[in-house]
Amino acid sequence: MSRRTISLKINGEDRRVEIEDNTLLLDMLRDRLGLKAARDGCSVGACGSCTVLLNGNPISSCLKLASTLPEGAEISTAEGLADGERLDPVQEAFLEEGAFQCAFCTSGMMLAVKALLAENSTPTDEEAKTYLNGHYCRCGSYPEILKAVRRLSGP
Amino acid sequence: MTRESIEWSVVGHDVLRLDGPAKVRGVQRYLADKVFPGALHLALARSTHPHAKILRVDTRAAGGVPGVAAVFTGENLLAVHGVRPCYGPAFRDQPILAFGKVRYAGEPIAAVAAENREAAEEAAALIEAEYEELPHVQNPFEAAQHGAPLLHDSLEPAGAFADLMALKGHPGTNICTHYKQRQGDAEKALAEADHVLEDTYTCPPVSHAHLEPHGAAAWFEPGGRLIVHTTSQTPYFVRGDLAAIFGIALADVRVVVPPLGGSYGGKIYDKLEPLTCLMAKVTSRPVQLHLSREEVFYTSSRHGAATKIWTGIKDGKITARKVEVFYDAGAYAEVGPRIAQKTGSTAPGPYKFPNVSVDAFCVYTNKTPSGPLRGFGVPQLAIAYETHMNKAATILEKDPVALRREYVLEEGDLYSTGSPVTSIGLRACLDSVSRVVEKTSENRPAPTLGPGLTQEKHIARGRGIALGFKSVISPTISNAIVELNSDGSAIVRSATVEMGQGATTAFAQIAAEELGLDVNKVHVTTPDTDQSPYDTLTAGSRSTYHMGNAVIGAARQIREKLLETASEALEIPSEEFELREGRVFSRSLPERAIAIPEIFLKRFGAPGTTLTGEGTFQGHAVKADPETGQTPRMTEHWFAGASGAEVEVDTETGFVKVTRLVSSADVGRAINPRHCVEQVQGAAAMTLGFALFESMRIEDGRLVNGSFLEYPLTAFEDMPREFITDIVENPLESGPYGARGVGETGTMALKPAIVNAIHDAVDIWLKDMPVTPEKVLRAMREASGAAPGKEASGAAPDGEGPK
Ligand code: FES
Ligand code: FES
Repeated sequence: MSRRTISLKINGEDRRVEIEDNTLLLDMLRDRLGLKAARDGCSVGACGSCTVLLNGNPISSCLKLASTLPEGAEISTAEGLADGERLDPVQEAFLEEGAFQCAFCTSGMMLAVKALLAENSTPTDEEAKTYLNGHYCRCGSYPEILKAVRRLSGP
Repeated sequence: MTRESIEWSVVGHDVLRLDGPAKVRGVQRYLADKVFPGALHLALARSTHPHAKILRVDTRAAGGVPGVAAVFTGENLLAVHGVRPCYGPAFRDQPILAFGKVRYAGEPIAAVAAENREAAEEAAALIEAEYEELPHVQNPFEAAQHGAPLLHDSLEPAGAFADLMALKGHPGTNICTHYKQRQGDAEKALAEADHVLEDTYTCPPVSHAHLEPHGAAAWFEPGGRLIVHTTSQTPYFVRGDLAAIFGIALADVRVVVPPLGGSYGGKIYDKLEPLTCLMAKVTSRPVQLHLSREEVFYTSSRHGAATKIWTGIKDGKITARKVEVFYDAGAYAEVGPRIAQKTGSTAPGPYKFPNVSVDAFCVYTNKTPSGPLRGFGVPQLAIAYETHMNKAATILEKDPVALRREYVLEEGDLYSTGSPVTSIGLRACLDSVSRVVEKTSENRPAPTLGPGLTQEKHIARGRGIALGFKSVISPTISNAIVELNSDGSAIVRSATVEMGQGATTAFAQIAAEELGLDVNKVHVTTPDTDQSPYDTLTAGSRSTYHMGNAVIGAARQIREKLLETASEALEIPSEEFELREGRVFSRSLPERAIAIPEIFLKRFGAPGTTLTGEGTFQGHAVKADPETGQTPRMTEHWFAGASGAEVEVDTETGFVKVTRLVSSADVGRAINPRHCVEQVQGAAAMTLGFALFESMRIEDGRLVNGSFLEYPLTAFEDMPREFITDIVENPLESGPYGARGVGETGTMALKPAIVNAIHDAVDIWLKDMPVTPEKVLRAMREASGAAPGKEASGAAPDGEGPK
């Protein structure tokens, strides 16, 4: 197994991280960097709780080998959403609409909603459901998550 | 929601989740997010056979993997002095590691402790076992028959709970519990009936699929105290059982439970704790175990069931109801015996029938042990009794809603157990769903084109409703401690587990209401048995009611002390006082007021102290007669819920789309109305998956879909276009502010509502859950006489594919 160091921009900060060839991005974030907001719900890319943004695009970090990340890639996790005390609008919307119960899905869900709105600032409910379909919320907060999307959508 | 008057300032209002900010910041720490310094990682080797004698477990290769500290098998377990090798809340039937034989495919046979997860997993994969295969049994009905392969030779009652003290098991069979209820003479009434309806309904085992897998970490402190951090709904049960397993004092076990990433019944009683603690003992190191998703499927599931039901009709009346239910316990009983007893008692349905007979069995089979899952066995019964109400309506040529109104239990009725029914909002729930899902059959609307549907003629629409009810788990006990600080902030110490249901917010609201505080100034602790007083468990929708009452009791002790001091200070009798916004003031002379910090100064002559109150609440039930199930008080209180569904059935593909879903639940009084809505709709969303596609598929005794790739959950696109939740408030006199629990009510009646709607649409009666397209098509073909086949009866509910 070969070890190496890669350079990434994580939540806006330049970081150098030591990884092995087979280190998963999820494990790198959680175990090497202590960023625990991305969570392992299924390990097979089917639940969305490990979702992070890679250069703005949502990916399942449980399936992504850190060694395959392009040099300097930008990774965003839920920890990076807020600006100090100030919450990101997606966090505000989730909080106000009560878009979670246990919140195990919430980090991935918020990042997916951000990516959705970056692509389509005024999604219909049907469009939002299709985009978010790979994100499970076993607590069933789907209606409130859609309310949060509606609250955020607009020109 | 109807709320005529709001007399409270915090309770009854929509309050934002107090743990919300940490949750949206991603900094809520679940068990797997914690760091346990120096802890070894555990990985498990599991049985590949459903039922087999263990001949040999070879751990040599595993022990040679660099970084491995210990490899431990069931045989090793038997050699450890002073450790009780088996556990369980009803029977001590489950080994910490299998020894002698394995009873399901996926059962842990050996554990590896290593310096890192990779080494532990690599070593676990190198463990080889030799088995002598034994015949296995998967179907609970077959397993209950004499001559079926036997899982357990003898059963040792655990004696851990008052209601499970008298368990004996049925030696020589796989039946671990047989509950009976008799009222009148059901056999005679069925023999004399004009019509007898007889059907068998089956539900497969399904997964709780909490997104957070189970986890635990444990170590022994130098003085011998055992410290355990775990994902558990039952910190005090775990403490008690660990003390017994390791032969140490209760005070020497500390169980800490962080907020859970969902649970729904899946993290209850002992799960990983005995094994994790055993490995801590064996290695003299801290150890941690985090399950993979696949292993979650091997750890718990909802009881599959075969429910046989008979309904007798004579002279235009329902005269008899008989039910035989076989709950599939899987390999170990866990709390299945209580499900058979407690939930079996509700098998006739929420109705007044003159002649009733129930036999509820909990039966061992060779699969993943079953546990409670949102509804505690009620949904497996409601599918039978609510489909039969619609079938009976067809025979009696009555409207299904009207027929239910004729028989539904009302305040003061005696249930078929002889227990009076009190504060049961069944009729209100029925009215609520039937208002939304109006009349059925006769004036069924013509199929209309939904969005995206182009071939109108292949779409048939139907509507259906169903009712459900449940009794709260009794007897149980909750204790709470409230501490008021001199600055008007407060701490509530409670062992209720926060798993997303919003319990901590509800208790903060209650304490704030009682003490006149800002709800944001109340902190509710998460369970730590060193800090939080005893609570029986967080389950069965019992916490708002039991712990809520305990918090009120604790807060009222403090309130009395505050008023006593205020009365002395202001020279006004304490009856005159009100406590609001951090001040005590006189109702008649509002300018005569004293703030909490001043009261503390007056009382103690110094700042920095606390006022403490302690509350206890105990629910009651009277043990039922073992032959007839008769008891004057079967439960502390009841839950009522109803569902209404509108479906579109594609008659070419058999695909069922639920387009409209209405759930109605009697919550007594909503402490936090928006959380009540979330609980009901969350339960409904989950149950939609159980109704339409979820099923743990067993082939040749082995689970074949233990991954989210092959076991899909309800997702965004499965959600009905209209998803309505109606909270009914029918105050419960003994509840905190009239409240009762709400976590399960949305699950009870949903499946039969969908089955009744499908019947309304295409004239077929489905009996085997989930209602996959393949089953719909088959039933339609059989109904049209194209390919006559025999009706499903108690068949193993296997064979569902992913949606
Ligand atoms: S953990 Fe990556 S998608 Fe489920
Ligand atoms: S809030 Fe629990 S899984 Fe989404």
